[in-house]
Amino acid sequence: MTPEHHSGTGPVIALDGVTFGYTTTPVVEDITLRIDPGEYVAVVGPNGSGKSTLMRLMLGLLDPDAGEARLFGEPATEFDDGDRIGYVAQHASASKEMPITVREVVKMGRFPHVGFGRLSQADWGVVDDAIETVGMTGFADRRVTQLSGGQRQRAFIARALAGEADLLVLDEPTVGVDVESVAAFYDLLGALNEDGITVLLIEHDLGAVTEHADRVVCLNREVYFDGATDAFVESDALGRAFGTAANLLGGEQ
Amino acid sequence: MTAAGVVLLQSGVLDLLFAPFYWVLGLWSVFMDWLAAVTGLELLQYGFMHRAILVGICIGVMAPLIGTFLVHRQLALIGDALAHTGFAGVAVGLFANAVFDLGVSPYLTAVVVAMIAALCIELISEVTDAYNDVSMAIVLSTGFALGTTLISINAGGLAVGVNQFLFGNLSTVSAENAAILLALFAVIVGVVALTRNQLLYVTFDETAAAVSGIPVRWYNRVMVMLTAMVVVGAMQIMGVILVAAMLVVPVAGATQVSRSFTESLWVSVLLAELAVLLGIGVAYYGEATAGGVIVLVAVGIYIVAVALGKLKQRLGDETTASVGAITADDTEAD
Repeated sequence: MTPEHHSGTGPVIALDGVTFGYTTTPVVEDITLRIDPGEYVAVVGPNGSGKSTLMRLMLGLLDPDAGEARLFGEPATEFDDGDRIGYVAQHASASKEMPITVREVVKMGRFPHVGFGRLSQADWGVVDDAIETVGMTGFADRRVTQLSGGQRQRAFIARALAGEADLLVLDEPTVGVDVESVAAFYDLLGALNEDGITVLLIEHDLGAVTEHADRVVCLNREVYFDGATDAFVESDALGRAFGTAANLLGGEQ
Repeated sequence: MTAAGVVLLQSGVLDLLFAPFYWVLGLWSVFMDWLAAVTGLELLQYGFMHRAILVGICIGVMAPLIGTFLVHRQLALIGDALAHTGFAGVAVGLFANAVFDLGVSPYLTAVVVAMIAALCIELISEVTDAYNDVSMAIVLSTGFALGTTLISINAGGLAVGVNQFLFGNLSTVSAENAAILLALFAVIVGVVALTRNQLLYVTFDETAAAVSGIPVRWYNRVMVMLTAMVVVGAMQIMGVILVAAMLVVPVAGATQVSRSFTESLWVSVLLAELAVLLGIGVAYYGEATAGGVIVLVAVGIYIVAVALGKLKQRLGDETTASVGAITADDTEAD
């Protein structure tokens, strides 16, 4: 299944001199970057470097103290076309005991389309296609809480696909996921990107980033590097951003 | 306009608003009379029991309906906090009636005070970045403090009336209070039916819901205000001290045996109805306090549900091990 992507050639995300802090100390400072349709971008940085804050600024969940964040050409905080964005976090905020099936999770992707209404037959068709795309058809009626970490993340990706998202934002999606499932997960992301979906990956696993992403943004309050993954590997940005000699092949930091 | 004029106008508008609910009450009584004649059950022969059973059935639907969203957001104790503010609202109503001779139902003042308190819980969390349990504790204490203070100021007149609100009472469910409960029931079921998609999304994944364009803060406020309505509605039978149990216990039981969210909603309503109807019956014939018996029955049902859930797991009905792992070959995107 390939989602029907919205047309548009402008940048998906554009930050211009964005600064933000929860207190008077900025967490991210003077960030300028642009992500175009179809890119596969990874944002990396040490713990507390402002990766998740940057992501929240990009998605309009936070208002910059200075500068401007735009999403699909609109000011990010005013952006109201939520179905264009699929979001996958480390884990959902619901309690671990919540009885909810994969199908029920994936159908949430249709909520921005149906509003207060019920899902039509066509909507359910999109839901089932999304589940099939991530290889979870046999698990559609399983409780999400009884799946492995990797399987759960696939369900969340299916939710984004069901929304026919143009932009997939993943915040450290493979934390706590077994190695075999991580490989399958990144294969799926790569395939979706080839289908035209823009992928923005916030990741701590540098090995995975350099193996899969086309472009890396290295962050530690400010941008230390923004360019092709190959150039990132050759550069000294990692050492400067992390403050130590970091090992790209070592996986987790 | 004089104060008496305002009260007359208010009561006229309220009578008009509540007229459909009094009509439903009349129909219900006719049905109960017929059921009493058919079954010969003594407890169905009294008007106060007709109203108590109707209120109980409504509580059995609306408490787990809202409780399902609360429990899975780890807000199980918000019912307790709002019940205590509902108690303050009752005290405000009784106090106002005693001092100003207004004749307002304490349940109406309880609804208003509990809804204001519900908003305060959200606002305290939003403004101070405090955890929800901190704001709940503050509101709970403030509500109870306000209630006890108002009662102590006018102790002689209020103490007798307050007991029924603290512990609940089947025989004190008046037609007016039953009509208020029916109105609350209609609002709660209507709002949840309309916003079920948004409430589910916000409950399951607040950040993803916000990213998808759902105004999460507004839905959080809607949820706590609906909770306030449920709590005040259920207070008539359950009492302030036990009302929160109906929001939590049936949902906790349903979670043990349900496979999906939709199924858990239906099962929790079923368990709550079982607890309420059994509880009312046992309380009537055993001459015990209905609230306490209902909660004890609900806890009994919960224990059975836990045992059934464990049995299902042991039988390998649906375990993580049997799900197996997915490999890259399973995907179809590529």
